[in-house]
Amino acid sequence: MHFGIEHYLILSAILFSVGLYGALTKRNAVAILMCIEIMLNAVNLAIVAFSRYLVSDVVLLTGHVFAIFIMTVAAAEAAVGLAIIIAIYRSRESVDVEHANIMKG
Amino acid sequence: MIELAFWILALVMVGAAVAVVLLRNVFRAALLLILCFFTVAGIYITLNADFLAAVQVLIYAGAIGILLIFAVMLTRNVQEGNPFNRLKIPALLISLLVLATLIGVIVGTDWTSVSSPPQAVGVPVDQPTTSHIATALFDQDKGFVLPFEVASVLLLAALIGAVVLVRDRDRR
Repeated sequence: MHFGIEHYLILSAILFSVGLYGALTKRNAVAILMCIEIMLNAVNLAIVAFSRYLVSDVVLLTGHVFAIFIMTVAAAEAAVGLAIIIAIYRSRESVDVEHANIMKG
Repeated sequence: MIELAFWILALVMVGAAVAVVLLRNVFRAALLLILCFFTVAGIYITLNADFLAAVQVLIYAGAIGILLIFAVMLTRNVQEGNPFNRLKIPALLISLLVLATLIGVIVGTDWTSVSSPPQAVGVPVDQPTTSHIATALFDQDKGFVLPFEVASVLLLAALIGAVVLVRDRDRR
């Protein structure tokens, strides 16, 4: 297998799986948010790899535009998510997601 | 040359990501996450995406990294650290299953089978992409002007929402 799109896609898959494992197993809400950022980065990496290698010798820029939109949404998500975590920390004195169970029936 | 850069960046990236998940100290995890963001920017450079690499450093390593460190500082609980929950083994199995499926699909697919190039703005390899990204975003026919405006409204809504959420209601 010569150097090409597969390497980047497998790197992206590894990064995504690491982020998924962290997001499923962490109890600290800030750490969960970090793992979600890792997963978003993995997806961006795959998109940019596709835009580079879909046609050889040409970089198709639609993928770059999509990556920019994903970064925009990720920034908004991080801001709102951290605001929610800080609001929960104020009322519960903890960022452990297992303590945030007000809505549990 | 690009291949060597790719392997170094990939090793550092995966190592930093694994350390983010495994470290007990949330603050160190946040710093390693910023390292991971920087290596992603390096990978973008090997993919001929110079503008995206700059944006990655500015937005992820700069803005989101600082925001995460800020949140860690505000909510740090030294005794609790960064523990795992009870799902450690099932989550590991699920993650490995996802990874195996993805790698199986990636290796099994013939990625060179694009018959005709799609109708999109393209740049020859080794040319700067910044000005062409402007064309790809704002072109009359195949641009993304409406999503761009929606994204700006989304950012405004997130900004106002974050301020409202963290406002102290007792001290007006």
